[in-house]
Amino acid sequence: MAVVETDKAKLDTEFTELYRAHVRDVYSYAYYRCGNHHDAEDLTEQTFLQAYRHFERAQRESNGRPLRPWLIRIAHNLAANYYRDRSRKPQTNLEDAGVLAATHETAELVEGREDVHRVLQGVSRLPDDRREALIMRFALGMDNKEIARAMGKTEGATKVLLHRAIRQLEGFLKEDD
Amino acid sequence: MTDVERLLHYALTPVEPPHDMTARFERRLTELTDAALGEIAEFDPAVVRSPRRWARVAAAGVIAGAGAGTLVLVRARQTHKRRDARGLKAIGRGGREVAEQVRRRLDR
Repeated sequence: MAVVETDKAKLDTEFTELYRAHVRDVYSYAYYRCGNHHDAEDLTEQTFLQAYRHFERAQRESNGRPLRPWLIRIAHNLAANYYRDRSRKPQTNLEDAGVLAATHETAELVEGREDVHRVLQGVSRLPDDRREALIMRFALGMDNKEIARAMGKTEGATKVLLHRAIRQLEGFLKEDD
Repeated sequence: MTDVERLLHYALTPVEPPHDMTARFERRLTELTDAALGEIAEFDPAVVRSPRRWARVAAAGVIAGAGAGTLVLVRARQTHKRRDARGLKAIGRGGREVAEQVRRRLDR
């Protein structure tokens, strides 16, 4: 029984570490996926609830690989179900003023606001898989291997997906000029 | 790096979660744990004969396990609360055992 207690405590501690290490990643993904802070918090909460339920198995099956792609995959699936079940669409107008105020200096803010708005608008027009790949790469800093695991694709397919997403976004931005 | 990639780096910055989100998360887990423990407290072995309640009891066990575990998310709890948590964990374990029994029966 004492061994079971120790294992449980160890598992709980490891889950706490996982939460602390990745809550910002999951929240960032959720925010860019949903477009507002309220839904982003809800999605983040649901993601970690589900992650806890399957944490032990995920650890066992990960063979020491990072669990971030697994977490993002949970968030991805939950968001997909949410929008499918309720026939909703993600909001296209990100609360980008909040993002900007939190992460950029004032001078850059004035100069970059328009560009950022155009890019975010362009990203929101992309097909779901392309948009998600860009969020994972640029907002979360995930490499091709991690993105591939999160999206259930091969690394090659992920590389192509990212390339096409960037090219399509470039096209949107040129249309705007 | 292309211009678009530079713009993407600039636009898609990581977003900090609200400061009080973790506290809200823990509160939510505690609520789920309490609700799940309520289910387990109501549990009667006779329920095993009622397939309609199996899923409910099994789910309660899972939630109780999750909730009890995540109490460690915020370690700075008062001692008596920690004592309560240990109690919850013990009940949660009981719940999981019940849930496991139910699952085994379902698998037969």
